Amino acid sequence: MTAVLPLARTLKPYVALTGARFRVLLQYRAAALAGFGTQLFWGLIRVMIFEAFYRSTTVPQPMSYPQTVTYLWLIQAMLLLIPWSIDGELRAMIRSGGVAYELLRPADLYWFWYSRALAGRIAPVMLRCIPLFVIAGLFLGLQPPASVAAAAAWLLATGGAVLLSCAITNLLAISLMWTVAGDGAMRLLALMASLLSGSIVPLPFFPEWSQPILAFLPFRGLMDTPFRLYTGHLPPEQVFGVVGHQLAWTAALVLLGRWLLNRGTRRMVIQGG
Amino acid sequence: MAIIHVENLVKTYRVAERRPGIAGALAGLVRRHYREVRALDGVSFDIAPGELVGYIGPNGAGKSTTIKMLTGILVPTSGEVEVAELVPWENREVNAMNIGVVFGQRTQLWWALPLEESLRLIGRMYRMSEADFRRNLVMLTELLDMGSFLRTPVRQLSLGQRMRCDLAASLLHRPRILFLDEPTIGLDAVAKLAVRDFVRRLNRQQGVTVILTTHDMDDIEALCSRIIVINRGAILLDGTLADLRAQVSHDRHLIVDLADENGDVSDPDAVVFRRDGRRVHLRFDPERVPAATLIGRIAARHPIRDLYVENPPIEEIVSRLYAEEARSTGSARQAEGTQR
Repeated sequence: MTAVLPLARTLKPYVALTGARFRVLLQYRAAALAGFGTQLFWGLIRVMIFEAFYRSTTVPQPMSYPQTVTYLWLIQAMLLLIPWSIDGELRAMIRSGGVAYELLRPADLYWFWYSRALAGRIAPVMLRCIPLFVIAGLFLGLQPPASVAAAAAWLLATGGAVLLSCAITNLLAISLMWTVAGDGAMRLLALMASLLSGSIVPLPFFPEWSQPILAFLPFRGLMDTPFRLYTGHLPPEQVFGVVGHQLAWTAALVLLGRWLLNRGTRRMVIQGG
Repeated sequence: MAIIHVENLVKTYRVAERRPGIAGALAGLVRRHYREVRALDGVSFDIAPGELVGYIGPNGAGKSTTIKMLTGILVPTSGEVEVAELVPWENREVNAMNIGVVFGQRTQLWWALPLEESLRLIGRMYRMSEADFRRNLVMLTELLDMGSFLRTPVRQLSLGQRMRCDLAASLLHRPRILFLDEPTIGLDAVAKLAVRDFVRRLNRQQGVTVILTTHDMDDIEALCSRIIVINRGAILLDGTLADLRAQVSHDRHLIVDLADENGDVSDPDAVVFRRDGRRVHLRFDPERVPAATLIGRIAARHPIRDLYVENPPIEEIVSRLYAEEARSTGSARQAEGTQR
């Protein structure tokens, strides 16, 4: 108990920030509704493409047709887990110099921004994935998890995916301290993340020679491995390897991010004044 | 014992320069040219607990740069700073507990959240207990008269209301030192008075040390017992308002309303520097001619409806101080040029 209290005190600012940001983001229901419509539409197109593909192919494919359709719907449900944007509020703050106030708080800036990223990833995914699970699950071929163990493994790996995604998001935000206008690095990273996480074509369909590279890179931990745990394409006991891979990358990216942020704040000239 | 100690503070920025035109832009991709800009050039001062200090200077003088270093968000090139016995940029998080900051041009509140929730969030950031938060919120709500809009989203508040809220936000955690960077910018007369009144009470009754940067000389006259004038990164003057007046000029203004619309005033010891209808503004040096003598002479010679003596407005004094400084450094540069 005595060990828990100081921890709660230490975490207080971060929890408060995530909570407040979460509440603000949950207000964006219209955007979520529009996003839900778009994702449903793209999901249908993808499912149709793969249906045609499965009908015409004669060789055995790496995943069964129902597994593939489920994988495709999971992409649509969890799409916003891909770190392809920075919290708009944070971007505006870095640009306008309002970030000075963030530096004036008795808190660690890296974890402050990480708390923001947590809310920024979880809130929109939650708003979109729940209706998508319902609609796609009832009418469009999204199957339930392969087993109770698969469901548990998937949930655990989704947690790992969120942590990883936020570490990448933070790197993007930190890069803004060098290039205020430059979205170049960000676009490139976002593109890499969407391709290499499996959100365009499921990773098992990638050529054989690319598999070791995909297995090493962090991006599959965002989508591919959690989804395959869900469908049973990866057996549930593999969850330890999957989460280990996610956490190892998260730790590496956090260390890199903290190092960059330290350098960034040292050289930063806060805009204005 | 000083609560703020600044010694020989220097900050230089490297500014990338680009030659004009497309060729210049291309050259900039290959090799950049940097120019060194000295934003602060050896600034030193000490501030005692409970002082209310005005830190003034024209745009680009180095005011905000100083404030940013005192608050720990900018690292100086060289020099020493101690704020409540801490080096701010090395102990940024601990220093943050000792200070409150308001940047008048920006808000620290969340646009989308109701005021009370914004303040609660800030309270949590400072790890305040719910009881402490409640107590301080009640006190600040009363002092700043925020009761009627505690539940309003911040984006719907007027600028005057928002500034009061920003003051509350910076004081929730009861800092010993308050930095105000242009706290009255853009406010109407009533709101300005409210802010000044609050800052004065905070300083007198609770002993909070306040450092105020502003372009509004009325803020200075109303509040500050001490002013530090800075220009081009160096301190021009550190003293009281009276010191400032004495250093720049002893001039007083005599304002005379004539009975006769077309009348004229002249006196060997005073200069007419402005005329609006019947009203004539004269400048005189009270060491050369006492005010009473001058008034006696003018009243004897001219039919007068009304008259009074005033100090020149502080704006005028400060702008003269800047101008004098510019002239003296200008001539110093010329001298340097001829030596080479």
